[in-house]
Amino acid sequence: MTQRAMELSILRYRPEEDDKPWFQNYQVPCEEDWVVLDAINYVKDHLDSSLSYRWSCHMAVCGSCGMMINGDPALSCKTFIRDLRSGPVRIEPLANFPIERDLVVVMDDFMEKLQRVKPYMIRKTGKPLEEGEHLQSPAQLKKFKQYTLCINCACCYSACPQYALIPEFIGPAALALAHRYNQDSRDQGRDEREDVTASNEGVWDCSFAGACSDVCPKHVDPASAVQQMKIASTVDWFMRRLGLGGGKS
Amino acid sequence: MEIIKTDVAIIGAGGAGLRAAIAVAESAPDLNIALISKVYPMRSHTVAAEGGAAGVIKQGDTLEDHFNDTVAGGDWLCDQDAVDLFIRQAPVELTQLEHWGCPWSREKSGHVAVRPFGGMKNERTWFAADKSGFHILHTLFQTSLKYPSIKRYDEFYCTDLMVADGRCQGVSAIEMRTGLMQLFQTRSVIIAAGGAGWMFPFTTNGAIKTADGMAMAYRAGVPLKDMEFVQYHPTGLPGTGILLTEGCRGEGGILVNKDGYRYLQDYDLGPPDPWPRNKAMELGPRDRLSQAFWHEQKKGRTVASRWGDVVHLDLRHLGEKKINEKLPLVRDLAASYVGTDPVHELVPVRPVVHYMMGGIHTDIDAATPLPGLYAAGECACVSINGANRLGSNSLTELLVFGKRAGEHAAEHARSAAQPAESEIRREGEAARKRVTDLFLREEGGENITTLRKEMNETMESGAGIYRSEDSMRETCDKITELRERYSRVHLEDKSNVFNTNMLYTMEVGSMLEAAHAVAFSALNRKESRGSHQRLDYTARDDDKFLKHSLAYFQGEGEPRMDYLDVVITRSQPGQRVYGGKAK
Ligand SMILES: Cc1cc2nc3c(=O)[nH]c(=O)nc-3n(C[C@H](O)[C@H](O)[C@H](O)COP(=O)(O)OP(=O)(O)OC[C@H]3O[C@@H](n4cnc5c(N)ncnc54)[C@H](O)[C@@H]3O)c2cc1C
Ligand code: FES
Repeated sequence: MTQRAMELSILRYRPEEDDKPWFQNYQVPCEEDWVVLDAINYVKDHLDSSLSYRWSCHMAVCGSCGMMINGDPALSCKTFIRDLRSGPVRIEPLANFPIERDLVVVMDDFMEKLQRVKPYMIRKTGKPLEEGEHLQSPAQLKKFKQYTLCINCACCYSACPQYALIPEFIGPAALALAHRYNQDSRDQGRDEREDVTASNEGVWDCSFAGACSDVCPKHVDPASAVQQMKIASTVDWFMRRLGLGGGKS
Repeated sequence: MEIIKTDVAIIGAGGAGLRAAIAVAESAPDLNIALISKVYPMRSHTVAAEGGAAGVIKQGDTLEDHFNDTVAGGDWLCDQDAVDLFIRQAPVELTQLEHWGCPWSREKSGHVAVRPFGGMKNERTWFAADKSGFHILHTLFQTSLKYPSIKRYDEFYCTDLMVADGRCQGVSAIEMRTGLMQLFQTRSVIIAAGGAGWMFPFTTNGAIKTADGMAMAYRAGVPLKDMEFVQYHPTGLPGTGILLTEGCRGEGGILVNKDGYRYLQDYDLGPPDPWPRNKAMELGPRDRLSQAFWHEQKKGRTVASRWGDVVHLDLRHLGEKKINEKLPLVRDLAASYVGTDPVHELVPVRPVVHYMMGGIHTDIDAATPLPGLYAAGECACVSINGANRLGSNSLTELLVFGKRAGEHAAEHARSAAQPAESEIRREGEAARKRVTDLFLREEGGENITTLRKEMNETMESGAGIYRSEDSMRETCDKITELRERYSRVHLEDKSNVFNTNMLYTMEVGSMLEAAHAVAFSALNRKESRGSHQRLDYTARDDDKFLKHSLAYFQGEGEPRMDYLDVVITRSQPGQRVYGGKAK
């Protein structure tokens, strides 16, 4: 297999030693079919064991390895060396998050927001297990399926100009997740979720830049979810003003 | 050292750990739960499972068929009481997931759809496209957020169990963000820490599958059971080891050698037609398919590729529409990682280490022999998989036995005596010392990357698809040597915050201990059964080895081996029959 020498310029920050982040360069002999993560693993195994970053699956499904690659948020296990422009590859932790160490960012805010949108089945009428499954047609499934595909890599928060400005903004992944449950024919919790999603920090903070959808490695298209939620919450607002209820029963 | 008091501590937040946590929260809402994981729950490797989860639901299928397929698939090394419980609970648990929102693929009628899977007589594998594990994990994680009694400790690396008064009463863990050692004082512990594929050089497993849970239990005196049974999945992508699900073959995909010939017909799995046909050809069990590859390679009939020898998976006849609908991830993975589009091209594949049938010995309540300690999921061996797991039984196993572990651990927590605080503290200090010793070791010792590579190589050569006395003996000696050298490993990075050099080092330590158990269990099983195939003892020997192997930790020394009878209720050992003769 042919090799290609690559220079990786990786942001380093070790809070116990470094006052501020800095870049360290490494020369890596890359195989032609390597992804960026392979090159970083090479650094860890052969050049510098002190480099820290998150990864596990190496197949773009666990969501651990998001980072800025040449300025854009991406999964390092799905970014191929062959697709990068020549010259040093700049690798930094996901933007808009505090750095914990090197390429590892603090995920607390993201995790808290996921939880806040109540991402679980809410039903007013329970169905005992003995009665078996809920029926759901392929068409009903299709309505929300796309929004189930989020791997929580947080690349969208790094790309989002609004999250950069307003840290309270619930943000693309969490809103898309709320929408996923709202759109599920089995769920009855949309009005409960609207307390969060239609609040000041919810969908109305979105300026519809669409950057989240551009960078999403799973094509979840959170921007469309937010757009649909804006429309739904506007309709609900009018319905309520007309005394016709609103929200899903 | 900070002490965190809780009632039930769960090590691992994958499918099994999350299911266990929910079971505790539902059955005993007043108990406090500490759900501890070295990665955020949704990073757990359950996320990578593609094909689906087995459970009888359709007309024409029967529990008895699921029982028989599982027991024969496991070459009669399954405990039949455990299998019985498993197949009965399977549909209940999968329906429960449906109620929690799992987006199972559907039939036109709105009922959940099922697909055929290897070694299964009837269609009974529930699936969510080819991202079943991903959806199961996210559904469980999201559902778990509902329960206030589940307190998560994400990115905490557990190191040891605290045993006092003959009971398991705690866990030590390093908070990765600070490097601080914390002590969980608890009444019950559940280990749900997943598999150990990273012992091998080429695996479908994520980098976090490093045998930590198995090693913790093993060091605490709990035996590891049937560790010699390591499953090779027949269709991994060469180079990366990324899995292409058995669902590919369930949907009608075929395997061909360099002559375009469906070689499985030469290994008692034919005739090739009609196709697709359950329990025949490409839908035979994994051990037999991986072994067939080995023979084809010996005969020079595999395809030489730039990643080494492969065979071809042909999906082209399924057509673009079906591939996009049923196998979208497979298409994406093949295109990305080996540059082939399965709609138009043959996909190179080869066998790859996939799953550990063996693990922490438990009974059917998920209880280990150590009071207060429970285990579930891939790290455990409740013996439903025997000598060879059938695809799609594992995801269901996480649910059935995860739940059971949770309920029994909760019950135990209620009745457990007062914790022996000072003893737990003493044990905690010993655990901490194990870590600080690593930091204190001098420069110039052994290098952890070198040790890991040597372990990988020797595991492949001695514990691979086919094994022999000489190669296994060599591997046993090599692992003994590596364990000795490990005691001289030194850390290059001595910082506290998110020190992955230290974590990798601890993980290699876990793997070496588990690898020791694998190698010695294999060496001592002088027969061929399921995934354990020997070139020197080619037949199954029920007289001597219709038994579970139990490996006991002996410090630096070789493990002590013991044996335990298999539980047989109604299926006497018989021939495993696939292909034309299969019933
Ligand atoms: C690619 C792939 C595809 C598969 N497809 C299928 C399929 O289609 N059907 C099927 O039935 N089975 C399938 N399997 C098998 C099945 O997915 C696994 O056996 C199962 O998901 C394991 O789940 P688990 O909960 O036991 O472990 P995991 O999901 O691996 O979780 C382990 C947990 O333990 C934690 N942990 C580990 N060590 C420590 C420590 N020291 N301290 C703290 N936490 C720790 C981890 O953080 C993680 O949360 C597949 C496996 C692979 C690899
Ligand atoms: S390592 Fe899992 S998404 Fe990249």
